[in-house]
Amino acid sequence: MNQVNNFTKGFFRENPILVLLLGTCPTLAVTSSAMNGLGMGLATTFVLFMSNMFISMVKGFIPDKVRIPAFIVVIASFVTIVDLLMQAYTPGLSSQLGIFIPLIVVNCIVLGRAEAFAAKNGVLSSFIDGAGMGLGFTMALVAMGSIREVLGAGSIFGFKFINETADGILIFILAPGAFITLGFLIALLKKLNKTS
Amino acid sequence: MAKRESTFKNMALALAVITAVAGAALALVYSVTAEPIKASQIAKTNNAIKMVIPEFETMTDTTMMPETGKDSIRLYTLIKGTENSGYAVETYTDNGFSGRFKLMVGFTPDGAISNIEVLEHKETPGLGTKMALPGFKDQFKGIQLADLPGEQLKVKKDGGTVDAITAATISSRGFCDAVNRAYSTFKTAKKQ
Repeated sequence: MNQVNNFTKGFFRENPILVLLLGTCPTLAVTSSAMNGLGMGLATTFVLFMSNMFISMVKGFIPDKVRIPAFIVVIASFVTIVDLLMQAYTPGLSSQLGIFIPLIVVNCIVLGRAEAFAAKNGVLSSFIDGAGMGLGFTMALVAMGSIREVLGAGSIFGFKFINETADGILIFILAPGAFITLGFLIALLKKLNKTS
Repeated sequence: MAKRESTFKNMALALAVITAVAGAALALVYSVTAEPIKASQIAKTNNAIKMVIPEFETMTDTTMMPETGKDSIRLYTLIKGTENSGYAVETYTDNGFSGRFKLMVGFTPDGAISNIEVLEHKETPGLGTKMALPGFKDQFKGIQLADLPGEQLKVKKDGGTVDAITAATISSRGFCDAVNRAYSTFKTAKKQ
């Protein structure tokens, strides 16, 4: 497979959130600001390409019947490593994302890519697939976080551009805003994919 | 590479090796990060103490149970030279909009609130999170809880004096609850 194609498919054609609709739970929950989206996206990206790479390396060693528990152990280990590193070196972000970092373990994107791609392809392809999918995930999270932060709080990456005490359209920060934003983004990407 | 057959021996071996490697990797990362994690938690507490009582040189801390509430509270006595420069109380409430949140409340030696810092919370962004902004928490500065009826802070909706955050009355009530808990603990500690 063409590696460039393999990398870019995660952004538009097979974007995990906006096209495959995988991992929508953390997406809806953490995208109340652009910074949260970026942090969550990068943490997931790291887990995704590390686990993809590792699983494709050991896939010959793992018998079929125990592949799911084996994959989960690999993924859970990488997530715990990310969690510990974030607690140690970015405590602020770690307390913001809270429960959602450990929950990357059960994020269906990670296991989905392990099962659908890494278990069948070589190390390099799996690494590129993981990176592309992870960055596509990050892109979607940052887009959602930015839209919600701009509309809901009148700021972007924490920089307030409206009056300090003024509010944005609060519904965009709250749960319904996440669904509305996600819906419009999916529609937009669908339109773009159709015309291109 | 050909797939290994799913015999009992192969499966047990594969899982044993993978979990052993994972365990070793985690042990390594844990031992590297244990120190920085501890340091960053201590730094966070110390910063919060400095925010509420800026001037002090040494501190002693005690842990005690509040009259109400499920967990103990830590009280820091701050000393500058030979004088007492105030107290910082690490308090909490379980009545937040999304569960528990923690505050650091500073008291001057005579018992007035000097400042409040929000330590950790899970409140709604854009609503409850405003409790960490000066617009809300600065109204507590200088208040003597001893002067209030029942020595309790309450939001105006409940007949008290505190201006609640618009659309975040529950968070505001929780905030008052945490400050009240800090004060009652501080009072008990001072009596001893």
